[in-house]
Amino acid sequence: MTSTGIGAAVRRKEDHRFITGKGRYTDDINRPGQAHAYFLRSPHAHAKIKSLDVQGAKTKPGVLAILTGDDIATDKVGGLICGWMIHSKDGSPMKAGPHPALAQGKVRYVGDHVAVVIAETVGEAKDAAEAIKIEYEVLPAEVETASAQRQGAAVIHDVAPDNTVYRWHLGDKAKTDAAFAAAKHVTKIDLTNNRLAPNPMEPRAAIGEYDSGDGVFTLYTTSQNPHVARLVLSAFIGIAPEHKLRVVAPDVGGGFGSKIFIYAEETVCVWAAKKVGRPVKWTSDRTEAFLSDAHGRDHVTHAELATDENGKITALRARTIANLGGYLSTFSSSVPTYLYAPLLSGQYDIANIYCEVDGVYTNTTPVDAYRGAGRPEATFVVERLVEAAARELGQDPAKFRRKNYIKSFPHQTPVIMTYDAGDYAASLAKAMEIADYANIGKRKRESAKNGKLRGIGISSYIEACGIAPSQAVGSLGAGVGLWESAEVRVNPVGTVEVLTGSHSHGQGHETTFAQLVSERLGVPFENVAIIHGDTDKVQFGMGTYGSRSGAVGMSAIYKALDKVIEKGKKVAAYVLEASAGDIEFKDGKFTVKGTDKAADFGAIALQAYIAHKFSGQELEPGLKEGAFYDPTNFTFPAGVHICEVEVDPGTGSTRIERWTAVDDFGVVINPMIVEGQVHGGIAQGVGQALLEGVRYNADGQLVTASYMDYAMPRADDLPSFHVGMTVTPCPSNPLGVKGCGEAGAIAAPAAVINAITDAVGHEHVAMPATAETVWKACQRASQKLAAE
Amino acid sequence: MPYTLTVNGSERSLESRDPDQPLLYVLRNALGFTGPKFGCGLGQCGACTVIADGSPIRSCQLPISAAQGMKITTIEGLGTIEKPHPVQAAFIEEAAAQCGYCTNGMVMTSAALLAQNPKPSVEEVKQALAGNLCRCGTHDRVLRAVMRASGRQKT
Amino acid sequence: MYAFEYVRANSVRGAVSALAKHEDGKILAGGHTLLPTMKQRLASPSALVDLGAIKDLAGIEQRGRSLIIGAMTTHAAVAASDVVKASIPSLAEMAHMIGDPAVRNRGTIGGSIANNDPAADYPAACLALNATIVTNQRKIPASDFFKGLYETALEPGEIIVRVAFKPPSRAAYMKFRNPASRFALVGVFVAKKGSDIRVAVTGAGNQGVFRWRAAEEALAKRFNPKSLDGLKADAGMMNADIHASPDYRAHLVAVMTQRAVAKALGK
Repeated sequence: MTSTGIGAAVRRKEDHRFITGKGRYTDDINRPGQAHAYFLRSPHAHAKIKSLDVQGAKTKPGVLAILTGDDIATDKVGGLICGWMIHSKDGSPMKAGPHPALAQGKVRYVGDHVAVVIAETVGEAKDAAEAIKIEYEVLPAEVETASAQRQGAAVIHDVAPDNTVYRWHLGDKAKTDAAFAAAKHVTKIDLTNNRLAPNPMEPRAAIGEYDSGDGVFTLYTTSQNPHVARLVLSAFIGIAPEHKLRVVAPDVGGGFGSKIFIYAEETVCVWAAKKVGRPVKWTSDRTEAFLSDAHGRDHVTHAELATDENGKITALRARTIANLGGYLSTFSSSVPTYLYAPLLSGQYDIANIYCEVDGVYTNTTPVDAYRGAGRPEATFVVERLVEAAARELGQDPAKFRRKNYIKSFPHQTPVIMTYDAGDYAASLAKAMEIADYANIGKRKRESAKNGKLRGIGISSYIEACGIAPSQAVGSLGAGVGLWESAEVRVNPVGTVEVLTGSHSHGQGHETTFAQLVSERLGVPFENVAIIHGDTDKVQFGMGTYGSRSGAVGMSAIYKALDKVIEKGKKVAAYVLEASAGDIEFKDGKFTVKGTDKAADFGAIALQAYIAHKFSGQELEPGLKEGAFYDPTNFTFPAGVHICEVEVDPGTGSTRIERWTAVDDFGVVINPMIVEGQVHGGIAQGVGQALLEGVRYNADGQLVTASYMDYAMPRADDLPSFHVGMTVTPCPSNPLGVKGCGEAGAIAAPAAVINAITDAVGHEHVAMPATAETVWKACQRASQKLAAE
Repeated sequence: MPYTLTVNGSERSLESRDPDQPLLYVLRNALGFTGPKFGCGLGQCGACTVIADGSPIRSCQLPISAAQGMKITTIEGLGTIEKPHPVQAAFIEEAAAQCGYCTNGMVMTSAALLAQNPKPSVEEVKQALAGNLCRCGTHDRVLRAVMRASGRQKT
Repeated sequence: MYAFEYVRANSVRGAVSALAKHEDGKILAGGHTLLPTMKQRLASPSALVDLGAIKDLAGIEQRGRSLIIGAMTTHAAVAASDVVKASIPSLAEMAHMIGDPAVRNRGTIGGSIANNDPAADYPAACLALNATIVTNQRKIPASDFFKGLYETALEPGEIIVRVAFKPPSRAAYMKFRNPASRFALVGVFVAKKGSDIRVAVTGAGNQGVFRWRAAEEALAKRFNPKSLDGLKADAGMMNADIHASPDYRAHLVAVMTQRAVAKALGK
């Protein structure tokens, strides 16, 4: 291992600009002559627009244009799409209602986009928006996930009269039911996976621009996947053909899923730029972000686990209602289906699994992928069930898990996935050692002496990530392929530019991707630049989400580097006057096998461009190669997190005393960055478990619309983390990497709730486990104890 | 109205029609200091933190009219890559930034803390940073960085 | 924000006359509450009268038996003041618990008291420490000052100049934070001065800060946490919102009061 190669804890390149304030985010960009957009949003969760009069408002100072759903219709701007087709169990396609970028006749959640005012300043746009005359016929609102399908519920989309987008299922129902009938013991649990607001610290922003000279649109936007944005804006929404539309996603201040999607605001800014003949800028304020960034999670689930007389798990079944909000967002349909149910086997050998999922419309903000996307929900179901079963059976939860772990690979689960590699018992053993699991009894007694309740909780999670392969996701309904592309440009002086379709918004790609190049080409790390986020520079790409950039994005670079090395060998053969078959490349040097003839990488790059040593008929000049990489399987990171808490029974407040994470991410490129990603995931998972929850009132008003009411994890809410690793290389990609971005968010919620339920002696503690929730659980537990 | 303030050691004059315009927008749009970030505009997230007359403040909550005459330090004036402030150097060493957006507030609040309290305890650092939200979950690394900058190691 | 006029007052008198000119003018005394409200277009005063430049409104001094804190003194200044720490250490501790460093550097005691946010800390301190709120017109005992949610005894044109505290023999503040806003979900300031015992509760009451008389009576018999065993606050008086139910708030009032008494006793 070199000091900057694979496995080295190289300090991040991008930090140089971030810590000196030189990062360049969308809102940092101002275009000459730009105007500002302000969106008039629906104050009602569900209403018909009876009349909308913008004439008076148009005369207000500074106003350039006011556009509404009628203009969208006139200009034939296509609706926002949901790009993953799910079929119900009866074979019918999902019921996708219309989703215009500006409302047409009806609004379906508070914050829905009614009109846009474009003016010289944001203040003038707001003043004019207040002068828009609009009459609503307010309709009853459906807010609750569990009751949206009931008889007599208000109908949100005509296409779905029972508010049901799909009734989907996975697995063999008959076999699973039979296994339950034969079970010695059945554990049952009811769970709510709380709705979360993604809250990247950078609010979404967009600048649309139109060059009438060449008819090219440019969109600067906060996107995790600028090429997908361009594809959707071109092929589906119809703004402009792809060669006339450039999308730039510069530095992006966190995404966590919420910046994957193609939203109304970005669409409107780029469309309106041509209409007003000026660049149009929009920056979300924080309340708008709470209202309009796609939320995450929001499941209601009943789940059961069957065990035999030996404590072996024989079957699992689950029934989930997933709230998809007022419209289907870009990938929302896939999250509670194919990103969820195929993970219900967890790390366990379970012969029979059956899962039903109903996706429902409600008058709430659309719900889509948020860090983990489906897999945290699956892990929460599996790990709460397994923990509860172990306790009911009187077994140590760690032993119960170990007994039921999958132990040989590859392993085919009954729900699609073929797990390729892993050593779950090794992660558990290491985690138990770091967590000092053996002495928890002693620590519980010490806490008890101080009037506190201590508990410990395990979460043995697995995820399927590196989301791909294209053929597989296509067969499951995805509208796009999920490969990745890379181009490696070697300059004549031997410096290297890598153009990647992945997008970095906190993951440190500029560092880790450069480590790969440095390692493979033997060039200094500083001589490598990673370029991403601009459709004019990078030809195509699928972007960054689903922990895919290592496994898929870097594999594409790896493949392109293979080609660069191959080409380099051909050039070297001419330079070193040997046959290409005798050229070897190692540590940045081309050598002729069995001789001391050698040329370093930079020298060969120069020769490739000078092209004096070979003719054009023999070899093309230059050194630039591209590759598309489509993996053969998902990757399966897995691990064990152990959370230890202390509860103050007087107030119910929970303090996390110790956090242990042992993850198997396969080969690790940069342990420092990977560990940071683990920290981040855990912080978000702890946030979900203890603090966060989007709340609507019965009328569908968002109650948690600022940081005064939506509790984010802060420095003093979080413990320091003890992170360990185990490594089983991923066999399906050339680097052996699996992905690490989501693991913490997937593992953490179950670990926290298992720890709290252990501490308070009561199985039902809902998320977020606020002090009041835990206090009530303490009360119930002591009442139960008294009754016994 | 004309206003004068000192930013990163240079006296800057500007015109603003709105006396209520927050210092944040003045810095970002009129003066070109985009280091301070807009995260919420309501003084609730800390991304806009600058040091005003020696104390960390939320620049989104300070009207330009009230900032008149103040000495402002933004992250651009704290240090450079060649000559970083100890907090900046420690942030790199501990990989304390991820997406970089809250980093301004974390760095500025930490720098102000160490100016007033050069050897804080971990608990004091946590308290000082409780008003700075970070969605990437870098809190543990930030604590380590501040302790490193103070010459101590976080245990 | 809507447009408004900004007035930087150089004296209390100047501020009063500026307010007289603008019917719905507001005082800017730090701005951490007022400015966000205005930015969200929830308030639209025609003028903002900034007291920040009035030098003699800020400052801390021990005058005889009274601790005097100027209205424009920041929370940070109170928290860091050796005078306050020597006179009423619990008050310095309370000031340190407000918000975060940036809030403490701008927020002021006068602004906090005049706003009387039902979850603010200072109203509890004033009530428990039997403070006197001195305005440009009169002296108002804290017990007459706080009138309900965001309501005070201040008349139009009346400006808080300083607050005078009488140091207690024992006092402590316990705060259970709202995890989102970090304001008090329940905050209890307990103070003992001779036989006078005051228990002031913020964050919990549906009418804002209040004194919990039953606890005061119990503590008057014996100033000890055990005196409060089994004593319950009235849930009917408590605030209900997404952060806590009235029952839970009532429970927390009792727990925080016991803990504040313990802390006041150095336990």
